[in-house]
Amino acid sequence: MNGLPVSDAELHAYVDGQLDPARQAAVEHHLTGAADAAGRVAAYRQLNALLHDRFDPVAEAPVPHRLVFRSPRRLPWRVAAAVGWLAFGGLLGAGAVWQFGPGTPLAQARIEATLARPAGIAHAVYTPEVRHPVEVVASEEAHLVGWLTKRLGARVRAPRLDGLGYQLVGGRLLPAVDDGPAAQLMYQDATGTRLTLYLRGGVAGSETTAFRFADEGGVGVFYWVDGPFGYALSATLPRAELLPLAHAVYAQLNP
Amino acid sequence: MDDAGAQMLEQIPRLRRYARALTGSAATADDLVQDCLERAWSRLHRWRRGSDMRAWLFTIMHRLNANRVRRLVAHPAEYPLDDAHERVLAAPGSPEAALEIDDLDAALAALPDGQREVLLLVALEGLSYAAVAQVLDLPQGTVMSRLHRARERLRRELAGEGAPRLRRIK
Repeated sequence: MNGLPVSDAELHAYVDGQLDPARQAAVEHHLTGAADAAGRVAAYRQLNALLHDRFDPVAEAPVPHRLVFRSPRRLPWRVAAAVGWLAFGGLLGAGAVWQFGPGTPLAQARIEATLARPAGIAHAVYTPEVRHPVEVVASEEAHLVGWLTKRLGARVRAPRLDGLGYQLVGGRLLPAVDDGPAAQLMYQDATGTRLTLYLRGGVAGSETTAFRFADEGGVGVFYWVDGPFGYALSATLPRAELLPLAHAVYAQLNP
Repeated sequence: MDDAGAQMLEQIPRLRRYARALTGSAATADDLVQDCLERAWSRLHRWRRGSDMRAWLFTIMHRLNANRVRRLVAHPAEYPLDDAHERVLAAPGSPEAALEIDDLDAALAALPDGQREVLLLVALEGLSYAAVAQVLDLPQGTVMSRLHRARERLRRELAGEGAPRLRRIK
């Protein structure tokens, strides 16, 4: 095998690190005796380096916002929400994720990754806690809301869900993927069922989105972006039971 | 699906690099990347988990670019070409370096599309020959012959008339 003449294809494979290891020695031997081939190998390598010098800065540059968050259709949020609410009734049995209003699928993937998923994880981590479910309890609500407002950089409000049977337990500060901290507010009903409202800034610039639902490892999450915050309401409840709660939260945050 | 979406996002910088080198224009490149990402997203269910996400995205981009080039040929007026040699990257340090960038850009632009694709996927993106054959839907022998022709042509053009002008920029 090593006795075969060295082909052009093998010279390229040698340059590109794709040469059959069994032919490595034969090619190297050939290059010591063939100035023309050696010169070409050197030139090919220089060309590879030249291409990287020229174009690697593109890969190293920040990705333009529009590539991730381009909104081809910017529906006013109220319209999108109205469409969303109207459509919910008919879609409750449909697929796990649906989408309304503005935002590309990619932006939505991003929002799910930075909002729904961490919310679902935080829900799964903290709701089983018996002794330390929250950092600040509901009896210190004014302090809780003031503290979270200060840390998140925009006004945090704790919606009242008493009418639906859920009392505020309290809240905590959480690390977020980027763009500062997140917060989790926890609610509980008389049977001990807990739901959490996760909120964080910097989810998608100034974009607002309509409601979406995701199943995050068995935790149902309704999530949306509105104003400075992205919100995610999580519970291990059927979607149909979580929906009116999400509706109530949204209504209170947008009186 | 979440994993696939995250893997897609990770590939954006390399897609941009390839598209920029392929089209010669920053604006056209990002349009191509955008189209590619949206197309890929809509077909994510067809992506086989565990297979090479980057090769899959390059395949989509190759087809979109082929369509773009076809439209360009059919309706040249709708697609301005004046930015084909724009210099959008960090300003080169010297007129000599600028000349080399212009030389490289011009030499790349002058390559037949099929050769430029193969050269960039191999030399810039580091794909295996087998992966390139798959991305471009070509026999591997064709990949090798295009690679050879592209490299030989660039080698001669950048070397000029025997003068050793081929140097790295930095």
